[in-house]
Amino acid sequence: MNGWQTLFYKEMLRFWKVSFQTIAAPVLTAVLYLLIFGHVLEDHVKVFDQVGYTSFLIPGLVMMSVLQNAFANSSSSLIQSKITGNLVFLLVTPLSHWAWFTAYVGASVVRGLVVGLGVLAVTVWFAPPAFVAPWWTLAFAVLGAAMMGALGLLAGLWAEKFDQIAAFQNFIVMPMTFLSGVFYSVGSLPPFWQAVSHLNPFFYMIDGFRRGFFGVSDTSPWISLAIVAASLVAVSALALQLLKSGYKLRS
Amino acid sequence: MPAVRFESVSKTYRTPRGDFQALQDVSFDIEAGEFFGLLGPNGAGKTTLISILAGLGRASGGRVTVLGHDVVTDYAAARKSLGIVPQELVFDPFFSVRETLRIQSGYFGVRGDDAWIDELLANLGLADKADVNMRQLSGGMKRRVLVAQALVHRPPVIVLDEPTAGVDVELRQTLWAFIARLNREGHTVLLTTHYLEEAEALCGRIAMLKQGRVVALDRTANLLAGTAHQMLRFKTDQTLPAALAALARVTGRSVQLTAHDAAEVEALLAALRSAGVRVEELEIGRADLEDVFIEIMQSSSTRPGELVGAGA
Repeated sequence: MNGWQTLFYKEMLRFWKVSFQTIAAPVLTAVLYLLIFGHVLEDHVKVFDQVGYTSFLIPGLVMMSVLQNAFANSSSSLIQSKITGNLVFLLVTPLSHWAWFTAYVGASVVRGLVVGLGVLAVTVWFAPPAFVAPWWTLAFAVLGAAMMGALGLLAGLWAEKFDQIAAFQNFIVMPMTFLSGVFYSVGSLPPFWQAVSHLNPFFYMIDGFRRGFFGVSDTSPWISLAIVAASLVAVSALALQLLKSGYKLRS
Repeated sequence: MPAVRFESVSKTYRTPRGDFQALQDVSFDIEAGEFFGLLGPNGAGKTTLISILAGLGRASGGRVTVLGHDVVTDYAAARKSLGIVPQELVFDPFFSVRETLRIQSGYFGVRGDDAWIDELLANLGLADKADVNMRQLSGGMKRRVLVAQALVHRPPVIVLDEPTAGVDVELRQTLWAFIARLNREGHTVLLTTHYLEEAEALCGRIAMLKQGRVVALDRTANLLAGTAHQMLRFKTDQTLPAALAALARVTGRSVQLTAHDAAEVEALLAALRSAGVRVEELEIGRADLEDVFIEIMQSSSTRPGELVGAGA
């Protein structure tokens, strides 16, 4: 086993040991959204033809949970280690910046997918699952989670206190995921807000992911895939560069 | 090849009040198999130097090698050769002692070395704590785990940064017996400590840092021989005459005076008698490392490059 595999394993063991907080709680939150919004809006909102609102909402909630938990995993692990000081155990090892990146982002993807599967499993009770094109679903889940894991890594490197991570999460990640078309089809918005939504990379993640469920989407999945992949590459390149330079890690 | 080589290492911190030079042109070698002491008052740069060695900090100038591997350009090989016991009492609250050690070992690419982990646990008095979560350990026990973590990948060079600060007597003895054994088996040891009697007892050679510069570098025996030879120690309730007070180290009722030979001892005693100072528990002994340390740190005439002692 290489060093990065140990770090990857340790990062998974970390969230697994507090799985009530890291898996069960986000699944419950997503189910509450589904219960409330599904109940209120099922008879009032029609998004795509032949797709009920609850069915429409499920993939959005699953993907939102994947993205938020992938971000939470790398960012909170890193900031906790920085603040408690135990990051020194990693800093003295021969692990390269690639090893750090692969392990932190890899564990974030696993956490995101586990929570996503959990949400999906519970929502089966509310509406029959639809898997028209599962490869799209899988591709967007993995790429989106990786992008958010890398973004969480950036946030964890930059932040010096929990407050800053919370700000990043509540003022950037939450609004951008909420306003990405989880709860509505962007096609139903006025033209100005449609244009704004198209500047949000999270919109393409949700839209592409949902395409795998119903075979319908607001934008071509290929365009979405290209945008998601490009954001992943950009965020990863920055994260790798910061890790290599020891930004806020090595004084 | 030296185990550790510091070559003109300097470090400047940028602060809002201007640059602060923490290390200035520090150069010395630690030979393989040595038990080496790095001493100096708080803020002298000991931890900064060790951070640069460990890769936790970056030097502003100069270079450091571990067994010939540059700590920046060849960091993986350098770090594999180093076992660092950090000064701060840190731990990962998610894991048990054994998990902590297995994970640390894995970072270095070492897997399934439970025999060594068991040996470390036994030698550090942790055998019955192997499956206890780190959070539940006392401070002293956490300190032992830090030592075990530093040694888990069997590094040839062991660095201990103030390992016994705030540690009970039992652990100090356990720790030093184990580290001394590893040193006899060929490991190189670099120790920083505030307990000068530990450095005197353990270290074959010592470097002293003051304000980021090396001000003494010699064999421990030479340092002890090369400065004050005699110490006059006694207790008194009275105030010393000004001329003597200026030379003395006073701790409560205890007074220490330095003398270079027997004639000076007699002169000091005569001065005490003529001043009418009544002394109790008088003893005359040889200077210890603490006396040497204080003499070196107080000598304000230290100029860069001028070292106390003849060098290695």
